[in-house]
Amino acid sequence: MAIIVERRRLTWMERTYLPQIVSGLWITLKNLFKPKVTLEYPEQAPILPPGYRGAPTLVMDSAGREKCVSCQLCEFVCPPKAIKIVPGEISGNSEYAYIEKAPKEFEINMLRCIFCGYCEEACPEKAIVLQQEFSLNGRTRAEMIRNKKQLYEAGGVLPDKIKKWKKVKDTADLEGGSH
Amino acid sequence: MEKQTVKINVNGVDYEVEAGQNVLEACRKVGVEIPHFCYHENLSVVGNCRMCLVMTGMPARDRATGQVLQKADGTFEIAWAPKPAIACGTRVAENMHVITDSDEVRRCRESVLEFILLNHPLDCPICDKAGECRLQEYSHAFGSGKSRYVESKNVKPKKVNVANKIMLDAERCIQCSRCIRISREIGGKDIFGFTKRGSKTEISVYEGADNESNYLLNVVDCCPVGALTEKEFRFEMRTWFLKVTDSICAESSAGVNTRVWSREGKIYRITPRKNPFVNDAWMSDSGRYVYDRFEKGNRLESARIDSSPSDKGYAAQRCVEILKLGKVAIVANGWQTVEEQFLIGELAKACDAKVYMASHVDEDDGKLVSADRTPNLRGALVTGLISEYPKPDLKELAEKVRSGEVKTVLCFREDLIDLGFEPKDFKSANIIYCGALENDTSRDAKVCVPLRSEFEKEGMWINRQFRVQKFDRAVEAPKNSYCDCEFLVAVLREVSGASFETPSIKRVRKVMCEKIPALRGCENVGKLGVLIDGSAFAHIAFPETDAMHFKKDSREA
Ligand code: SF4
Ligand code: SF4
Repeated sequence: MAIIVERRRLTWMERTYLPQIVSGLWITLKNLFKPKVTLEYPEQAPILPPGYRGAPTLVMDSAGREKCVSCQLCEFVCPPKAIKIVPGEISGNSEYAYIEKAPKEFEINMLRCIFCGYCEEACPEKAIVLQQEFSLNGRTRAEMIRNKKQLYEAGGVLPDKIKKWKKVKDTADLEGGSH
Repeated sequence: MEKQTVKINVNGVDYEVEAGQNVLEACRKVGVEIPHFCYHENLSVVGNCRMCLVMTGMPARDRATGQVLQKADGTFEIAWAPKPAIACGTRVAENMHVITDSDEVRRCRESVLEFILLNHPLDCPICDKAGECRLQEYSHAFGSGKSRYVESKNVKPKKVNVANKIMLDAERCIQCSRCIRISREIGGKDIFGFTKRGSKTEISVYEGADNESNYLLNVVDCCPVGALTEKEFRFEMRTWFLKVTDSICAESSAGVNTRVWSREGKIYRITPRKNPFVNDAWMSDSGRYVYDRFEKGNRLESARIDSSPSDKGYAAQRCVEILKLGKVAIVANGWQTVEEQFLIGELAKACDAKVYMASHVDEDDGKLVSADRTPNLRGALVTGLISEYPKPDLKELAEKVRSGEVKTVLCFREDLIDLGFEPKDFKSANIIYCGALENDTSRDAKVCVPLRSEFEKEGMWINRQFRVQKFDRAVEAPKNSYCDCEFLVAVLREVSGASFETPSIKRVRKVMCEKIPALRGCENVGKLGVLIDGSAFAHIAFPETDAMHFKKDSREA
């Protein structure tokens, strides 16, 4: 059903538009004397608050182990389908073979990513983290797709509070370890 | 014999159910799901997971007289059992009362789950079962959501290779013993067993056991957790990305009902689909990989005329021209759908051709891999393409080509060179090859038309019981290929002048079911298929032997 909105007729004063113009100029004038809030970007870099959601990256733990286990939960949750993972098995002679799974290939299409942070929220391993980088550019579309190597370079090391895999290994090493 | 029924009351509602079944099945049939791990309708009942605990009660009886105590309004005084009972191991009885949703039952489920999860590694992120894992589902629905366990968990063998087909992770096992029962009751051989005791009980593989069974992978489907996972599918894709399509196994005439799991046009795995009349819940291991034959880069990529690539439309046009020259023979096959075979029959009539077929017979395992390795030979009989069981080769046709009696061979899928033709015969006749794969025939044929694999089209097949079953399209077809039905309709329209107005498979199916009396009512066969009367072919000596749900003589057990 259509709703008809009654419009109030403007008064004579209002129809001159002068009060509005003057009050607008007054606001402008007030701001001339206030401290500056804008930045001279890109010469000046902004100070990013904690929890800022920049580009998603992959991180390693303090021992240099890649944390991602290619569970593909981030791929599933990502609203614009920016993430593409090819899961793989950790080879038997790696010291982390007991973790069994790691990504063979991991791609994030930065043209698609909307910096929502859902991937970080979904990750059970705290392996994908939105960090501070926000200015991304490239000359081709292909350049804007970050592969696994680039994602780890951008991510670096992020120490873990909970060392769950270490606990798994320690228990196993304790030869049958329980009771 | 008339089916006997009993009255039961589930959560306060009265139902009339079949007598003799257990409470779990009875409840399931009236729409009340009782969670369970170890119970499987096709296996014996062991009742060791304790997940299906429910409260049961029977009408109270007078101790002195044994009379059932009935209240004035006709209802009963219910004597509830003091403790919960397992629904899978309890038979329904007249006037039994069952409660599945009380606080007590919920507490039972929560406690059972807490027990099961005590030593579970909780490694869902790296577990292939995640997404279709009962332990996950039930923990989510009935679990407490937190753990009180602070000790370290038990350590058990991981990454154990079983017969090169399965990866066993004993830590994830919840000791339901389904795998033990499947290999014993379905595979006919003991492969798995429990070792150690108490909380250290672990599932192990018998050392030196002969694991050559072709039915081993059924344990993977039935393992309620990720203890047994398929090696081929290991870490390939998470299950929630996969699209499921109902299909039929193309391995043999058993017509096993399957599910095809695919993502973005790639098939990742095939699993059995329940059909109590055909395969229960099982399928062979070899049948799970039939899609391989279409993925090895030997697809017929584009249409060819005289060995040079061409547009598929031109190729079809060229087929029509050649067919019009006359003296035509058509080589059909048992992988084609009934609809295609029907169209071939029409085409054969239109160009006065005889239809030839070759049989593909191998060993029958007496279960779900039957001797006839084509899924739809019965279809060719029902549609009247052939009237006898075909010979294993096409020497007869080759002779006719040599004598000049046949000038054009329209061959579908089969490799003529394999079946008695010689390369020089390709000079003396016009050979047209239509199929999804390259083979020796396609390389030398005058015209090649790329068609679709059985995963890229839909249709119906008729299995060894004369059961008409339908399968759906699982993945997209390569863009240069012709849909088999479309191609046949296009050619038929040109050759005969009159035909179907639209080449849709539904339309073809409708016309077919009207024209062929045996197929009447088969337009929509549903998920379980429709059994048709095959008595007209009782004189044919089929190679299949008695097997699961199949008796050679009476056709169905
Ligand atoms: S931040 Fe959002 S859009 Fe970007 S990759 Fe993560 S989930 Fe996808
Ligand atoms: S980054 Fe996290 S959520 Fe994504 S695949 Fe790796 S472990 Fe899973």
